[in-house]
Amino acid sequence: MSATLTNTGFTQEAFDEFLASRNEPVWLSDLRAVAWSRYNELDMPGRRDEEWMRTDIRLLKLDKFGFPTGSRQTELPNALLAEGVELGGRGASFDSHSLQGELEDAWASKGVLYGNLDDMLAEHGERLRPYFERKLVDPLQDKFAALNAACWQSGTVLFVPRGIKIDQPLHTLAVMSDGGVDLHRTLVILEEDAEATLLAETASTETHGGGLHCGAIELIVGKNARLRYVNLQNWGDGVWHFAHQMAHVGQGANLQWTIGALGSRLAKVNQHVALTGIDAEAQVNGAMFTQGKQHLSYNTHQHHRAAHCRSDLLYKSALQDHSRTVWRGMIKVDKGAQRTDAYQRNDNLMLATTARADSIPGLEIEADDVRCTHGSTSGRVDDQQLFYAMTRGYTRKEAVRMIVTGFFQQVFDRITIESVREALGKAIGRRVRDLGE
Amino acid sequence: MTDTLKISDLHVAVEGKPILRGVNLTIRRGETHALMGPNGSGKSTLGNAIMGHPGYEVTGGTIALNDGNVLEWDASERARAGIFMAFQRPMAIPGVKMADFLRHATTNVRNPDRKEGEELIPMRQFRKELTENMEQLRMDVEFARRYVNDGFSGGEMKRAEILQMAMLRPKFAILDETDSGLDVDAVKLASESIAQIGSDAGGGEKMGILIITHHDKLLDRNAPDFTHVMLGGRIVETGGIELARELYTDGYDRIRAAYPEAAAAEESMTETATV
Ligand SMILES: Nc1ncnc2c1ncn2[C@@H]1O[C@H](COP(=O)(O)OP(=O)(O)O)[C@@H](O)[C@H]1O
Ligand SMILES: [Mg+2]
Repeated sequence: MSATLTNTGFTQEAFDEFLASRNEPVWLSDLRAVAWSRYNELDMPGRRDEEWMRTDIRLLKLDKFGFPTGSRQTELPNALLAEGVELGGRGASFDSHSLQGELEDAWASKGVLYGNLDDMLAEHGERLRPYFERKLVDPLQDKFAALNAACWQSGTVLFVPRGIKIDQPLHTLAVMSDGGVDLHRTLVILEEDAEATLLAETASTETHGGGLHCGAIELIVGKNARLRYVNLQNWGDGVWHFAHQMAHVGQGANLQWTIGALGSRLAKVNQHVALTGIDAEAQVNGAMFTQGKQHLSYNTHQHHRAAHCRSDLLYKSALQDHSRTVWRGMIKVDKGAQRTDAYQRNDNLMLATTARADSIPGLEIEADDVRCTHGSTSGRVDDQQLFYAMTRGYTRKEAVRMIVTGFFQQVFDRITIESVREALGKAIGRRVRDLGE
Repeated sequence: MTDTLKISDLHVAVEGKPILRGVNLTIRRGETHALMGPNGSGKSTLGNAIMGHPGYEVTGGTIALNDGNVLEWDASERARAGIFMAFQRPMAIPGVKMADFLRHATTNVRNPDRKEGEELIPMRQFRKELTENMEQLRMDVEFARRYVNDGFSGGEMKRAEILQMAMLRPKFAILDETDSGLDVDAVKLASESIAQIGSDAGGGEKMGILIITHHDKLLDRNAPDFTHVMLGGRIVETGGIELARELYTDGYDRIRAAYPEAAAAEESMTETATV
């Protein structure tokens, strides 16, 4: 059953009405207006664009969607990542409308800001404005970036002041109704020596729900700060998902960024990490499970802008039925980024011969004293492994499931947050059926 | 009635090529059988066929466990019915810890009617048993946390197979060259362990054991009630422990001479195998 939505399309009239309803400072309205005109100028990306060659969005009709309406809120789906975790704060949204949020006093009293972007900008606009205006995600780079920059609503903000170490994970859940629209924007700022863990997940009210997500994520990790950021995309399998994501990791700072993807009909994600200060470190983990006719496409960048930085990316996907994944990875090393140590790897486990995985690693290196390596593999569940497990009493299906879990273990081993490992493992396990032809 | 595994006139082909050509073998619970024979005679093929490997096509004959038709069961059902094999070359399953692998396996084999998703055996009970068995096999506790056969040495793999036998407590166990890759002391330990495990498959009942080996050490503590010699895909001779002694000291020349037809079959098998 779909919630009734009266989206009018992303029209000029609707945009004017939206802006008028926002009551935002001028600097913010101006940013929106510039992005909006850019949105209107830009064409939809086509298959001639290198990035979109393998990702066909001709069936997407943007005018079928529009500004998120205040649709009827139903019961929220269970948050997978929060299970059994003592949280330091939580937030939620429904069709890009913010719901109740909270932050433990212990952190609020230390100057931590956590909540939805709408309210936080209203209350702490001047404080957040410089970060906002850094535009980590270029709002003018393509149609979807412009749409989010112009029309974002709700969203998440986390600001951790200098030296504050939050030892309880924070959690946020973005929910979409069937046919709904989510224009989430996330801004995370860790000042010098700060530490935090943010668990962000998305879900639809219905497994087969449709809708549109067009989002942006900006992570600013200050000098010697440590951020663990987890992003679980678990929309219904009818949702169009477009996301621009960018992290800046400062001098001596550390980012562990984990992406899990289970949902959506089609996803196109740009996940970029820039190492901007010397001795910065980023670990990027991806675990994807696709089925049916899902299409998940990831463009990852590890951009070494400073010397002595380390980046390590591991993406693993298992594919069932007629699903497809695309991974294009780029390690870019600037001229001054000597002593770079960069690694990227993508492994795919094919659970059906009808599934397809494309891996396209890339290197662009301008420094001469660097170590950059990449690799990718694609394979099927081994019949000998299956037989072996079955001789130990596993049913065929249990054996397949175990082997798939084992395949992901290498990436789970890197995720230092137990609830995330467990939630991803279980969710993937539930999806594995058996080997298809 | 004693549980009985009965193999009658078994013919097995691999990739369309006939390997077993009429094997007859009956094992009762409590008996120990030794299966010997030159390399390539079909010993592992017999084991794989009994376990239900889909690549080993049964083209004739029967395998029965009491009055159950084993050939109708898949490998999982055979395991749950109490048939086990320690493989000559066990498979690695990267990313799956020995302990997790065995807990699920033990649960399924001990409760053959368990439905998917039902409770596993309690962690404490499992841990206790696993630790005891590992101590008996002088395995480091760290072993349980390693991935199944992943990067194991030859000896570690064989020990891990015996550990699985100890945990699963089958009615019938086939041990395929479990002594190869082990040093002298390790073979001695394996021999003792197998004897001990085989003497109690739960409830005080013994296992029926089929030991495939080229050496005498594994049989030290597991004196065979019967020794079978396989040649060219057939069991050509059966005797007692004295036959085993003869074979591991003198080799197979007498056997080849006595069974020229099987020796010819062996020759043709090894020829095609080396092509
Ligand atoms: N999986 C297999 N694929 C191809 N040939 C096989 C396979 N298993 C066994 N064979 C062939 O069957 C014959 C018997 O092999 P095997 O049963 O392993 O002998 P043994 O265990 O007595 O040394 C050999 O010729 C071998 O090449
Ligand atoms: Mg063999």
